[in-house]
Amino acid sequence: MTATVEELEQGTEPSREQAGQPAATAPEAPIVGEASGGPLQIVRSGLRLSPEFTRGIGVTVLLALIATTGRIVIPVAVQQAMDKGFGAASGKVDVTEVEHMVLIAACAVVTTMISATAMSRRLYRASEAGLAGLRIKAFRHVHDLSVAHQQAEQRGSLVSRVTSDVDTITNFIQEGGLTLVVSIAQMGLATIVMAVYSWQLTILIWVCFLPLFLTMRIVQKATGKRYSAVRGAIGHMLGAVSETLVGAPVVRAYGIEGRMAERMNASIEGTRRAQIRAQKIVVSTFSAGEIAAGLANAGVIVVGTLLGVGGHLTAGQLVAMLFLVSLFITPVQWGVEVLNEAQNAISGWRRVIGLLEAVPDVPDPGEAGQDLPAGPLDVRFEHVAFAYPGGARVLHDVDALIPARSRIAVVGETGSGKTTFAKLLTRLMDPADGRVLIGGVDARRIRFEQLRSRVVMVPQDGFLFEGTLADNVRYGAPGADDAAAAAAFEALGLGDWLAGQPHGVATAVGQRGESLSAGERQLVALARAYVADPDLLLLDEATSAVDPATEQRIARALEALTRGRTTVSIAHRLSTAQAADEVFVFDAGELVERGPHQDLVARGGIYAGLYASWARTAVGR
Amino acid sequence: MPRPYPVHASPTRRGLWVLGLAVRTEKRVFAGALLGSALYGSMTVGAAWAVGWATNHVVLPAFDTHHTSAGTLAAGGLLIVAVAVAKVLGIFGRRLLAGVLQFRMQARFRREVTAAYLRLPLSWHQQRPTGRLLSNANSDVEMSFMPVAPMPMSLGVIVMLIMAVVDMFLTNSVLALVGVLLFPAVIATNTVYVRYSGPRFARAQELRAHVAEVAHESFDGALVVKTLGREAAETERFAVRTRELRDANVAAGRARSMFTPALEALPNLGVLAVLLFGTQQVAAGHARPGDVVNIAYLITLLAFPIQAIGWVLGDLPRAVVGYERVAAVLAAEDHTDYGAVRAERHRQGAAALEFDRVEFAYPGAEGAPVLRGLSASVAPGRTVALVGATGAGKSTLAALLARLADPTGGAIRLDGTVLGDYAKGAISDAVALVPQQTFIFGDTVRANVILGAELSDEAVWAALRTAQAERFVRALPAGLDTVIGERGTTLSGGQRQRLALARALVRRPRLLVLDDCTSAVDPSVEAAILDGLREQGGPPAADGAEPGATVVVIAYRKATVALADEVLFLEDGAIGARGTHEELLTSSPGYRDLLTAYAKAAEEAEAEAASEADAQADAAQAAVIPAPHVRNQAEEVAA
Repeated sequence: MTATVEELEQGTEPSREQAGQPAATAPEAPIVGEASGGPLQIVRSGLRLSPEFTRGIGVTVLLALIATTGRIVIPVAVQQAMDKGFGAASGKVDVTEVEHMVLIAACAVVTTMISATAMSRRLYRASEAGLAGLRIKAFRHVHDLSVAHQQAEQRGSLVSRVTSDVDTITNFIQEGGLTLVVSIAQMGLATIVMAVYSWQLTILIWVCFLPLFLTMRIVQKATGKRYSAVRGAIGHMLGAVSETLVGAPVVRAYGIEGRMAERMNASIEGTRRAQIRAQKIVVSTFSAGEIAAGLANAGVIVVGTLLGVGGHLTAGQLVAMLFLVSLFITPVQWGVEVLNEAQNAISGWRRVIGLLEAVPDVPDPGEAGQDLPAGPLDVRFEHVAFAYPGGARVLHDVDALIPARSRIAVVGETGSGKTTFAKLLTRLMDPADGRVLIGGVDARRIRFEQLRSRVVMVPQDGFLFEGTLADNVRYGAPGADDAAAAAAFEALGLGDWLAGQPHGVATAVGQRGESLSAGERQLVALARAYVADPDLLLLDEATSAVDPATEQRIARALEALTRGRTTVSIAHRLSTAQAADEVFVFDAGELVERGPHQDLVARGGIYAGLYASWARTAVGR
Repeated sequence: MPRPYPVHASPTRRGLWVLGLAVRTEKRVFAGALLGSALYGSMTVGAAWAVGWATNHVVLPAFDTHHTSAGTLAAGGLLIVAVAVAKVLGIFGRRLLAGVLQFRMQARFRREVTAAYLRLPLSWHQQRPTGRLLSNANSDVEMSFMPVAPMPMSLGVIVMLIMAVVDMFLTNSVLALVGVLLFPAVIATNTVYVRYSGPRFARAQELRAHVAEVAHESFDGALVVKTLGREAAETERFAVRTRELRDANVAAGRARSMFTPALEALPNLGVLAVLLFGTQQVAAGHARPGDVVNIAYLITLLAFPIQAIGWVLGDLPRAVVGYERVAAVLAAEDHTDYGAVRAERHRQGAAALEFDRVEFAYPGAEGAPVLRGLSASVAPGRTVALVGATGAGKSTLAALLARLADPTGGAIRLDGTVLGDYAKGAISDAVALVPQQTFIFGDTVRANVILGAELSDEAVWAALRTAQAERFVRALPAGLDTVIGERGTTLSGGQRQRLALARALVRRPRLLVLDDCTSAVDPSVEAAILDGLREQGGPPAADGAEPGATVVVIAYRKATVALADEVLFLEDGAIGARGTHEELLTSSPGYRDLLTAYAKAAEEAEAEAASEADAQADAAQAAVIPAPHVRNQAEEVAA
């Protein structure tokens, strides 16, 4: 057993102990965490994030108050019936009086019901609008985070932040939040009415509940912790399940179903244990409320009788007090329930707000940003260095110019810094030192809308979305129709391949494009970049899984197509480097050699070595 | 034998069946919860009775006589407190055990659902979005057992209801009838509610899965979204789904908004009716005022259990929807059949492989099948290279070898036995596939290599060494214990591929299938890997100490291909040509084109460079001896 990133984040000790040795993570981006701060602070920022929750809340609260006031109707009606109708006070039964009273009360009950329905409908509308808004906001924020941020968290766990964590808030907002308001109102109202009947008894009742109110804070804190553990456990569980789903081929090929089942079952079991732990504390608080209620009832009977004997209270008033006590107790118990639910909601909110608080470390300058100059773009690296947060430098003082319209090949061993170079060039990351200028503008100042449409990168793993080939090509240029998509394949010399697909560009690619082979997915990714029509194209091992003949065909097609644009190719197939205007050679995080292929080969340095080994393995010489 | 799920019954009955399932599965916990609930229920009625007793025996006499004794008072007070304490015991039993019941059922079904995910073949997975499957395992399971928590309570309160009803009838039968009329009213309200809300909840739950689907896919492809600047479009795609979910939730909420207040109003109306009739009864001398109060109080007490029953009933439609979605996964019959042939555990040495007119078409795919009558045999210990153009079906064939799918026609035999006849686990013991796309688990390096097998660190290091991964793993902060994230940025693509290779090598497979698994590895590193493989592979040593493996390698690089004893050239879904690399270069034009593409490109580039160099030399010369008209221009400028 070992500790995953998620567990380390949660600080769950057992798994780390089981690892025998302290597990360590290599430096990665800061993990998306949970928002800190007190519960009230969380609720406040939560409500601020979703103004829909509180929009029109005035009317809703008014309706809620009407609905609450309606509850007082019954005890008052009973008191009236006893004292007036049954003649407990006057000694004779007045049926008409009771009839009138019942009629009025019935109207009040119906009004209450209608108000409650109207209130509830308003709440559903407002809360669902708020939750939808929150989901969308959180979703967008995930995409606004830097690649490093995104990759530090399991997909399943990220999904849980826009699905089940938000769902957690639902119950509290739809029922809990207002129940809390109503409960407090009802407690207040019951207190006032009780005080009218007997202030002595009212004080007595409050004294019974005081310990409960006083310890509330501490208990709530503990509850909150346990609910947070539940949320964390569920996120972890979804991470484990998603891993099994995404890694299904490896799981099958290696027959490790048993091991995956163990991992998932452990996380499922962890969730269950966390849930039970939370349940225990919830039941305890509820029970405390019940004891307080028992004491209050007993107190009312005993003290009330004494007061009655002393002539300070009528029998009807005492009975009404008994009803009022239950009217006071119920909201207290509801309140306790709601507060527990609130803790659950807060722990969900914490995770969502934590996500939203994660500052995109590669932010879009937006409106304040600059536009790129028209035409082909050059790129200048000025003393650029990069280090992962908390990690050592992986790129040192790179100073280079990529002239507009040039074709550059970037080569180097794994870990030499060439991928980092590519990420800085496309502003997937920002340099720790120095700056990257694209078309003379600091990359950090370029509006994303400009940057992403003018500078396009084709990553090695050309992720495809479920849909058709054309849908995926269109991803590069939303306006492109099927003919344009087909033309893109044609232009890349892939007409034959497309003709071999059962429905041409209308062929479905399956989930993650899994109906296609890895090489075929790369072809689609290239067509996608082609229609995007960028001024600076970066190919990050974009044809690594494609057969050599097709790759060469694409290379020739690209050469024609990219004439007049700037092209940077990261490649370990050095055929690409041979054809480039200039080769950048990285080694141990430094740009160590640069120049045309022939020159570098002649120089006999690192590149010459790489090329010799390439020639031996691939070219066969 | 439990009755099967009543597919065609009313939603309420179906929902009750799901509850019944929970009860049957966790009999003891349920019994305990029910007991607690019954205690709670009877003590709730007991509280009413205690207050009534105290009113009649303590309060009213005291008010009448203006005198009371400490003993009577204490009796009244203690009685009420004692009842409250008993009630708390009931609450513990009921709520805690109800939670245990609910969470156990959730965990049990989550285990079953995830076990189904592991059991179902890849073809089943490929047809279902990951987000949806996540939703099945999470929120659908949760929904299914939502009404389980309040169930013991609402069953327990039935005891309470009965006691209350009996108490009411004992007090005054006419007034009791008024109270009893509440029940048909509650049932009618619920029936209307269930009919109305069921389809709405079903839709909401379906849309919930859609939201998860879009989120999962979008986060999966986050890099593409970012590099193409499609954040806004993706957000819109998600927003459309989210708004649909919002509208469906509001529609379902509207149903609940009617139901809950109506259910709350019913007991109140009951109390008023009791007062009305009670007054007449008192006036007629058939009842005492205390009786009326007692019954009215009993009805207000009933409001809570009625609400509790309402919670269960209100959640039933959702439970049915959730359960049916979960059941669909559990009932999926798509499966891989296994035979009984166990690979002999101690059998060592390379495996013999035979393709017999293998055909394969992806399910639902139209057009020509990927593989069409592919036949070939590979002798034990041989290394064959599988070469073919992109999309020729090489990866498909590799997947078939690891039995990730079964041929749609023909057969693949390992040591003479058709793959499908091997027992579960036999294939993965003998065959190791290194797929083209590396998948790394969010776990330590060691765990990623051994994948749960019991292997020594020495074996792990040896495999890492052959896979050329030793150096970078040693450089990691905690070596083998370093945790690498699911999509960790820590490792480069090439490093991940090498870990995947080590994962295969460490198992000492009898058949090793390498699906272009060095595509992201540097040429020099690949050369080293190939050297290592050659040492490890090859014919088994005479003493059998070093069992060899049959190797099928998909590759394009000449060096990799040259390592092979034989090349199978895949063309048009079948073996187009086979022979040694040298043989195929002369006999198969398709093969020649594919394999010499780099050499040709290199020659062209050299030729181009040479001509460019010539041109530069010419230009240089031209600069030294300017052409006459240039010289004239220069002179003009000078003048």
